[in-house]
Amino acid sequence: MLTLPPDAGSDTPSATCPTVVLRLLVRNHPGVLSHVSGLFARRAFNVDGILCVPVGDGARSAILLLVRADGRLEQLALQLAKLEDVLDVAPAPAGGAAFAAVAGWLEEADRRRL
Amino acid sequence: MKTTGAALILTLLERQGIDTVTGIPGGAILPLYDALAASPIRHVLARHEQGAGFIAQGMARATGRPAVCFGTSGPGATNLLTAIADAKLDSIPLVAITAQVPRAMIGSDAFQEIDTYGLTIPITKHNWLVRSAAELLDVIPEAFRVAASGRPGPVVVDVPKDVLNEVIEVRGLPHPGCADAPPAVDREAVRRAAELLDGARRPVLLIGAGVIAAGASPLVRRLAERASIPVAATLLGLGAMPEGHPLALGMVGMHAAPYVNLLLEECDLLLAVGMRFDDRATGKASEFCPNARIVHIDIDASEIGKIRTPAVAIRADAARALEALLPQVQAKRRARWRARVDALRAAAPLAMPGADDVTTPYGIVRAVAEIAGDEAIVTTDVGQHQMWVAQAYPFRRPRQCLTSGGLGTMGFGLPAAIGAALAAPDRPVLCFTGDGSLLMNLQELATLAEERVNVKILLLNNGHLGLVRQQQQLFYGGRYQASRFVAEPDFPALARAFGIEGVHLGDVSDPRGMLAKALAAPGPCLVDVPIAREQNVYPMVPPGAANRDMMIGGEAHADAAA
Repeated sequence: MLTLPPDAGSDTPSATCPTVVLRLLVRNHPGVLSHVSGLFARRAFNVDGILCVPVGDGARSAILLLVRADGRLEQLALQLAKLEDVLDVAPAPAGGAAFAAVAGWLEEADRRRL
Repeated sequence: MKTTGAALILTLLERQGIDTVTGIPGGAILPLYDALAASPIRHVLARHEQGAGFIAQGMARATGRPAVCFGTSGPGATNLLTAIADAKLDSIPLVAITAQVPRAMIGSDAFQEIDTYGLTIPITKHNWLVRSAAELLDVIPEAFRVAASGRPGPVVVDVPKDVLNEVIEVRGLPHPGCADAPPAVDREAVRRAAELLDGARRPVLLIGAGVIAAGASPLVRRLAERASIPVAATLLGLGAMPEGHPLALGMVGMHAAPYVNLLLEECDLLLAVGMRFDDRATGKASEFCPNARIVHIDIDASEIGKIRTPAVAIRADAARALEALLPQVQAKRRARWRARVDALRAAAPLAMPGADDVTTPYGIVRAVAEIAGDEAIVTTDVGQHQMWVAQAYPFRRPRQCLTSGGLGTMGFGLPAAIGAALAAPDRPVLCFTGDGSLLMNLQELATLAEERVNVKILLLNNGHLGLVRQQQQLFYGGRYQASRFVAEPDFPALARAFGIEGVHLGDVSDPRGMLAKALAAPGPCLVDVPIAREQNVYPMVPPGAANRDMMIGGEAHADAAA
């Protein structure tokens, strides 16, 4: 089960909550991202960042979600775990670096007009 | 063996033990209907896909096994959505098979193309867009496995027309999909739950749909009797503890008998089994059972702690958990608590005005129950009549009461009754409905006329959307908007127009005799029962209020609430 930072409470406005990264292991086929993002959208829960790459032989993908650790996140993680195509949900404490790397790449690409 | 996708679907359904499906044909799904001719599976033609969805739900709710409905692409699929969503909220195993436009046309806004996959994501446990006939070998058993496993629920399998027509060579058929083994019960949690129960002076069991899904009713009764624990039920848990048992309290929540909500105020330990703390059951959740520690048993991990944080959580199938709990709980008489239960029951009972007059809400419910006996299956629609039935019908076995709880779908009752009657042809099926609800799937009278199953429709007719009118009276200053029907159909004549017997209990000298005669006659019948036009369902906990704040009569007015 997901353990959240101690200051994450249900009455904290989500914009001021710390961000956390969730790592999902999912089956790699059409529709999986809709199932995942739909869970967040219909609870009016914003996803700040999302990264998805195939892993292993490509039958599975890893998804990193950059989200706010407000009081609803644990319930969302439990709901994510119920999705048939989601095989694992875990916090990825060092996952912020992946988003920082992509942000750096985008900045560089914009600068060099790639 | 060479087969088409369509024939393969039917073969796989047959291997799942499906003998009856329901639906409506249309362009994209015609190959599947064409294949039905060579299949032993019986097809029941509904008159609207929502009717088909609820007929299948009636079969599933009556048996506990997954049931199947068919719909074509586009409007066929969108018409199914309400019945699928209803199955999601009430955890009913429903397998909806829809056809899609041919693969090459997907995404082209083809005739009757709609994104069924996308539309059904939030209202299913899982869904599939099948991309080849060979995939069906995995997808169909998997659909049944998902629908039946853990907390049951609906699934959708969307199959493009050309996949239905695709011919493939099949070398072997897969095993039928069946429910996963339930998770192991946490022995330590069970031990702590038993400890809390043993130490409790005023425990209450609160049971929901999960008890019925798990077949755990006998275990609930044994635990209640062993430890002298009174048992309250949510709307969907009714019947799991037989009404009339000294420890059976009846329904909790918005329209509960006063003593039930009062006992929950007093209880010091709530053992909640297979229920999800729905707001209609808890009232204001933070003030529900204010003096109690909670032990929550549920198969769905995401339900535990969702509304209330339990002292002990057992994530398990209700039957497995209760089996583990029973030998660990001390046998106790709890004489003081039992006496308190009996005293409150006597002091604050459910008032049932008019219970001896067949043309009042309580009167018709009680009379029908007396005449029909315990064998009958009861479906309801949604509204005042549903609550009167929940309050007054003596449900004595699981799967006796089939009602739309979570979604509260008007139009559920008639098709669900047809489905129940198809699944349990030896039982009488009673459909309690209202004049608002019945009109929402009235076309299924044609299905009923065609199938001639033993469904008796009890229409509690007050010329209103009664529960809407009641809320407008109580919470909106008596400003009645759109809750009064100006045109009132002659319902018995409508029934007769469909080829179904119809009788009217108003202005007859012996309404009870007429009712008994109508219920005794074989085959379908509609009984129109004119009831008082402005009778409210009491008690009523205003939406958002705590369960202790029950309105018992019409004099109290509260502010408009959500």
